[in-house]
Amino acid sequence: MLAAHLPIQRPSEAKLLVVDGLGNIRHWVREKFADLLHPGDLVVANDAATLPASLSGEHERSGRPVEVRLVGWGSLRPEAIRHATAVVFGAGDFRTRTEDRPLPPELEAGDRLALGPLGAKVEALLGHPRLAQLAFHGSLHKIWEGLARHGRPIQYSHVKTPLALWHVWTPIAGPPVAFEPPSAGFTLDWRTLALQKQRGAKFATITHAAGVSSTGDARLDALLPLDEPYHIPSNTASAVNQTRKRGGRIVAIGTTVVRALEHAAQLDGSVRAGTGLATQRITSHSRLQVVDTLLSGTHEPGTSHYDLLGAFVDEKTLNRIDRELHALNYLTHEFGDSVFVERMAEANSEAPPTRALVA
Amino acid sequence: MNHNSEHYSQETFKGLRVAITGGTSGLGLALVRELTGRGARVAFVARKQGGVERVVCQYAGTHGIVGDVSQKEDIHPIAMQVTAMLGGLDVLINNASDLGPAPLALLADTECEDLERALATNVLGPFRLTKTLLGTLASSAREGLGAVVVNISSDAAVNAYPRWGAYGASKAALLHLSRIWNEELSTEGISVLSFDPGDMDTPLHAMAVPDADRSQLGRPETAARLLTEAIGKRISVIRESFHQPCEEVVPC
Repeated sequence: MLAAHLPIQRPSEAKLLVVDGLGNIRHWVREKFADLLHPGDLVVANDAATLPASLSGEHERSGRPVEVRLVGWGSLRPEAIRHATAVVFGAGDFRTRTEDRPLPPELEAGDRLALGPLGAKVEALLGHPRLAQLAFHGSLHKIWEGLARHGRPIQYSHVKTPLALWHVWTPIAGPPVAFEPPSAGFTLDWRTLALQKQRGAKFATITHAAGVSSTGDARLDALLPLDEPYHIPSNTASAVNQTRKRGGRIVAIGTTVVRALEHAAQLDGSVRAGTGLATQRITSHSRLQVVDTLLSGTHEPGTSHYDLLGAFVDEKTLNRIDRELHALNYLTHEFGDSVFVERMAEANSEAPPTRALVA
Repeated sequence: MNHNSEHYSQETFKGLRVAITGGTSGLGLALVRELTGRGARVAFVARKQGGVERVVCQYAGTHGIVGDVSQKEDIHPIAMQVTAMLGGLDVLINNASDLGPAPLALLADTECEDLERALATNVLGPFRLTKTLLGTLASSAREGLGAVVVNISSDAAVNAYPRWGAYGASKAALLHLSRIWNEELSTEGISVLSFDPGDMDTPLHAMAVPDADRSQLGRPETAARLLTEAIGKRISVIRESFHQPCEEVVPC
């Protein structure tokens, strides 16, 4: 698939590949997504706003330039920013594909990084020359101010214009906790939310610290998705549980919603409210307990997002989806086209519940 | 206002998350003081670092953010700091205002750049900041906490006062924007209010009318108290209606 290279969240020509619960495929206009909802459905989206997680600066010991990309942290609390996991690149910028970016200068625990107004110390290397745990200096207020002033959203070599925060915040963006945009939410303008309501569907949000989808390094990408903190408000948990009791569908907007709701599922399939740390991988070996339908981007085989689709449909259907996406020139990546996939009744019914895969 | 509803409002403000633009002088500063005093968690925005630091020192626990709402590039960084430091947002007060030409001028003598700056600060800034924070406000509304946007208006928004052209036209646009937004956002549970504080003894008024008899002007503290009470009432009404038992009760 070709990468969408224009940073437009809702191009009018955006396509939507629709797969029903029997594996039938049809093609839809994405801006008419609300037509696919049924009365009694609950649409759940991730309201995380995207951080300006890319910080340029210098490795003080060597005097060489670095780009730090924050990729994970332990909680959704504002103080979590003090200790963040980061992928560190050497010289260059987003115009070079991440696969071709040089390694950073050799990092050691205790090294200091000067990142514009921010100062950070390498606390530990995490098993890879690019992956480090950083500690930021200064008051919490100053760290957030420095991030707001100096940080840029993580950029993509396939998008030629530099991205600003307004390109990557979804219309419903709230708490700034995501490292890359929960881009399925680009679909949700306020008109679409009103149309959903008119069709008798309800809407709720969770907050999930969406991590990076790719680093350009096969060894690092094998670790994805990293652990991601999330919060499920009590009204969202109630709405999910009521919808399931009434036989309505839970429609997840994006893979992060699937990860959070499935992680918060109890043994009886109900969802608990509150915070958690999603640690599980969802694949064809997972049995979904909560989510019935997923709206997501189009994903290439070999990515964790693609693997997650395997929890919704069987392998044969997944291959047919893949062929259709290529045949009809669907666009991929953050600003690309989308898929709307209903969970097949027989898919993975024998697999253990997703929650049981938690380490 | 009777004693009971005043008491109820006091509870309403405990932990309420409020953002105020133009928070280091005039009405904005008085709102920081009033709302902090009632137990709200306040983040405020102003252009100058020194002014922001002074107010943060004066009102412990407030979050000061340096930014200019008339600048497109400042909006998301402001919104990000507000939501990070407050953990969400219940009330946004778009208070920062620009007079246009100072001293005031006939429209025919008004430089285009002065009108542009007034529109950027008084119309585009509140529009952009509200739009950027809408997700957060809608989330508060869904949780039943109440979500209110206040745009500071003026009688110059409705009356054609000579020499107040740039300011009056921009405030008229803001007033109409508020009315339409209030209609559109009511389904999301977000209220958009306009508040006209009247003529007050503030730096902005001194720029507009340097020789005014200050003893005849209202105090910003009085206007801040009135607005705070109006916000409290609105939040209370929203919360009461949210917690009304539904006709159809489904046990969880």
